[in-house]
Amino acid sequence: MAQQHVDLQVAREHGLTDDEYERLTRTIGRTPTIEELGVATVMWSEHCSYKSSRFHLKKLPTEGKRVVQGPGENAGAISIGEGLAIVFKIESHNHPSYIEPYQGAATGVGGILRDIFTMGARPIASMDSLRFGSFAHPRTRYLVHGVVAGVGGYGNSIGVPTVGGELIFDPGYDRNCLVNAFTLGVVEESRLMSAKATGVGNLVMMFGSRTGRDGIHGASLLASAEFDDKSEEKRPTVQVGDPFLEKLLLEATLEIQKGDLALAVQDMGAAGITSSTVESAYRGELGIELDLDQVPLREQGMSAYEIMLSESQERMLLVTKPENVDAIRAVCDKWDLESAVIGRLTDDRTYRVKRHGKEVIALPVDLLADPPALQRPSAEPAESTAEFRLDDLPEPRDYAQVLRQLIASPNLCSRRWVYQQYDHYVGAATTVHPGADAAVVRVLGTDLQVAMTVDCNARYTLLDPYLGACLAVCEAARNLVAVGAEPLAISDCLNFGSPERPEIMWQFEQAIAGIRDACAAFETPVVSGNVSFYNETDGRGIPPTPTIAMVGLLRTPQPLTPWFKAEGDVIMLLGRTREEISGSEYAAVVHGNTQGLPPWVDLEAERRLQQVVLEAAGRDLLRSAHDLSEGGLAIALAECCFLAPEGIPALGARIRVDETMRADAFLFGESQARMLVSVRREHVATVRDLANEAGVAVAVLGDVGGGMLEFDGLASVSVAELRSVWDSALEKLVNG
Amino acid sequence: MIARVFITPKKGVLDPQGRAISSSLHALGFGEVEDVRMGKYLEIRLGSSSEGDPAMRVRAMCERLLANGVIEDFRFEIDQENPGRGA
Amino acid sequence: MKWGVVTFPGSNDDHGTLHVLRHVLGHEAVSLWHKSRDLQGVECVVLPGGFSYGDYLRCGAIARFSPLMAAIADHAAQGGLVLGICNGFQVLCEAGLLPGALVRNRSLSFICREVSLRVESVANPFVNMALVGDVWRIPVKHGEGCYIADEATLDQMERDGQILLRYCRADGTRARDPQESGDYNCNGSLRDVAGVMNATRNVFGMMPHPEHGADPALRDVCWPDAGVPDGLRIFQSIAGWIADRGQRSAVDSMR
Repeated sequence: MAQQHVDLQVAREHGLTDDEYERLTRTIGRTPTIEELGVATVMWSEHCSYKSSRFHLKKLPTEGKRVVQGPGENAGAISIGEGLAIVFKIESHNHPSYIEPYQGAATGVGGILRDIFTMGARPIASMDSLRFGSFAHPRTRYLVHGVVAGVGGYGNSIGVPTVGGELIFDPGYDRNCLVNAFTLGVVEESRLMSAKATGVGNLVMMFGSRTGRDGIHGASLLASAEFDDKSEEKRPTVQVGDPFLEKLLLEATLEIQKGDLALAVQDMGAAGITSSTVESAYRGELGIELDLDQVPLREQGMSAYEIMLSESQERMLLVTKPENVDAIRAVCDKWDLESAVIGRLTDDRTYRVKRHGKEVIALPVDLLADPPALQRPSAEPAESTAEFRLDDLPEPRDYAQVLRQLIASPNLCSRRWVYQQYDHYVGAATTVHPGADAAVVRVLGTDLQVAMTVDCNARYTLLDPYLGACLAVCEAARNLVAVGAEPLAISDCLNFGSPERPEIMWQFEQAIAGIRDACAAFETPVVSGNVSFYNETDGRGIPPTPTIAMVGLLRTPQPLTPWFKAEGDVIMLLGRTREEISGSEYAAVVHGNTQGLPPWVDLEAERRLQQVVLEAAGRDLLRSAHDLSEGGLAIALAECCFLAPEGIPALGARIRVDETMRADAFLFGESQARMLVSVRREHVATVRDLANEAGVAVAVLGDVGGGMLEFDGLASVSVAELRSVWDSALEKLVNG
Repeated sequence: MIARVFITPKKGVLDPQGRAISSSLHALGFGEVEDVRMGKYLEIRLGSSSEGDPAMRVRAMCERLLANGVIEDFRFEIDQENPGRGA
Repeated sequence: MKWGVVTFPGSNDDHGTLHVLRHVLGHEAVSLWHKSRDLQGVECVVLPGGFSYGDYLRCGAIARFSPLMAAIADHAAQGGLVLGICNGFQVLCEAGLLPGALVRNRSLSFICREVSLRVESVANPFVNMALVGDVWRIPVKHGEGCYIADEATLDQMERDGQILLRYCRADGTRARDPQESGDYNCNGSLRDVAGVMNATRNVFGMMPHPEHGADPALRDVCWPDAGVPDGLRIFQSIAGWIADRGQRSAVDSMR
């Protein structure tokens, strides 16, 4: 093949800006080769470089006494005691999933799993935050089926339990779905691995899958540009996953780590060989020399350009001393994996690549890895949302009917149809399965139990990105506390529209500030995360969606569960209910109204609520605990009645209604900093005292018992009927 | 040399995938579809072997690994010339 | 007693099974690598769940050719006990150590949930800490767990007490008409079969996962103080049977 000519026009076609091309040619003092242009394009893409977000991400709190590894490696890590650390991260795979939902979601799961075991940690649990358009959109059902099957197909095969997640439907995602995958692993703190290359003369090896032509330019083309009519044609850039191979890769990587054979390990994600080798060299402040003739290929006749930019899945990179190469090969052979030495580390901080004996790339590592951070303009959107007036919403006449309608609505009904397609048992460690406030997984060989949740209400963030982001962190913390866990740290997945639009950058800045303030208040640092821009189609962006994955440690011997346990127990509401309806699921579903402000944020009240619940749980005063969120008090109560596992009888409840506010605000308003607990009658006074001392509002709402959920004078519905409507709704919607 | 192997569910063995495809085709207006059976198609590129007749070798491959005699039937053809699409 | 748990490439429940055998049951249990031929003197071999070799051709089809499988077939031929769980059940059927085959779930979806199982037969090494008609709750998690065999084989197995567990409703009942079994038969297995034994009564395969219904620490979160977890009864049955056989042969040799 003749050497392809490079000029400004070719650079533009690759997606480089004129400024970037100018910087490239000026720095090297010549016209770049086509390979150099390709490598620079992917390294400077939004997806790899975080050029639009880096400046703002620095504002997040990342330090804390438990933090072992903050942002900057493949995943973050915090100490959980007994010499152990948990390693976790959440990452998006939005664009590929919209184009080819099964493989997009599957390779998203594969990618995040690699991020975790690359750190030397054995993955023990995954979660997924999924967002789709409304069921009125023709593509929604196709996407839901494909994505759910893809998440399950990969996670089930590799043997890591999918223990929780969230599933949201909103017309704002009609043309851009969100697939955010989270994985958590465990490692001995002292054996945490790094992606930082060390030691001039040490060797660079690849192992795992062969390199093919799949996914070329995925990072720059798919994830760094908005969608239009032609997006379907980009299907060839979507990768295909092989969970079986990744399982072998996982076991081999952990065996290599156990034998102390590698100095650095890095997975090959977006932009494949290019990004993994450049980043390793950059972190180690070294140079690197690669010989592409040594790379095992799946297809004949691949050019240097194609090899460098291939996104073939299930490949790993490692750096090792020459004397350990044979031992590494032996581990790879045991697991039937191919391995090859493809290069060595140098001291000149230059990135050199050879193909057929000829040097095709010679660029400064820093030039590739550290493009200037952009400070893109931001501006608050001009058109403010129409004002919300409570009086515009007529009070419903039949509250029982409203309750039935809400409990069967897409965002409030049971997620069973999804999670029964996921293996949540494998690993023999899941103590709280999907369907509760948070998932809980024990760490085998210890008494430690780790809780995790993933949350964001994007209706709130659309109305006010600062408040909405705060509330996402608050809800995540409440969900952990509801199972008896103390919140410790978060990983965030920031899904937004095009950063080239000032109003999107404004949303982004506001959301960062919200996360910053809430995380500071709860002392839950951000230890890892991911930014996904360009979630938009034809100039229309998604609602800003800063997904928060939070982890915590159980403070009780056994986790708390949300369902009522026994007749005669007393139901108590902790936290203050305000007369606020705007932004609620009720306003949207029943009244078609999505205007106004999200619920009031009070971080101090959240903190005190968390303390009271953890204190009461630690003293074994609580029989059940459940967070109040979407759907408000009535939906939370209904869930307490019937969330019990199949085979345990559902219990009803009799509730006294607060008459100082509109009944719909009391039942369905989404005031924050509230939780619902049930306690034995003899413990009511103690729990009340605990709440009073902490300054947390507390009310006795009623009793557990009977087969009806009764709201005095307003509504009375059979729990069995509610359960059946709630349980079957999603299956009907997705197959409808 | 290319062996083309077709593996299909045995008559009478439940084929849920075939049934799902059949009802989808009906829903799309292809009312003439009476039954769908879904199987597998494999292309096996063969070099020369001193172990005997290629047809016997391929039959042995099917019996030992490629098809499960409890639930599947197989048939195959051997193409001496065409290197196949996958090459 | 000494257990062995096989690891094929792609086995996933090997770690969980070893955990239950060692830490819940308190027995000696070793990991058996598929490339080895040495069963290390174990008394019962467990083939665990997972996706051996990715389940790429058919579930279990490639794993049966592992070197270790030849040793397991010899062990079985000499009367040694073999338990196959989920993918392990599929491997045993592919290897011809158990009759029948497992095909795609009738729903075409992977299914993960707790199911009710009716104990059908108790005079055997695998299910004996129970009474016929007992209802157990044990999780399933599989995409290809629909058990099929020809009518004659099913009749013969029923007659000879080789069907040990069947899917049933929570109250232990089953539908008269197989068309109506969809509410409890999670994969569409013929005659609601969940677990079968070979004719010589020493090889048993089941789709549900006893190892995931065996640890009281996990079960207690939902069902506190509910006695011996049902999954554990499988392992206890095997251990009890081996202990009895040991006693019997000791008595025989004294005579």
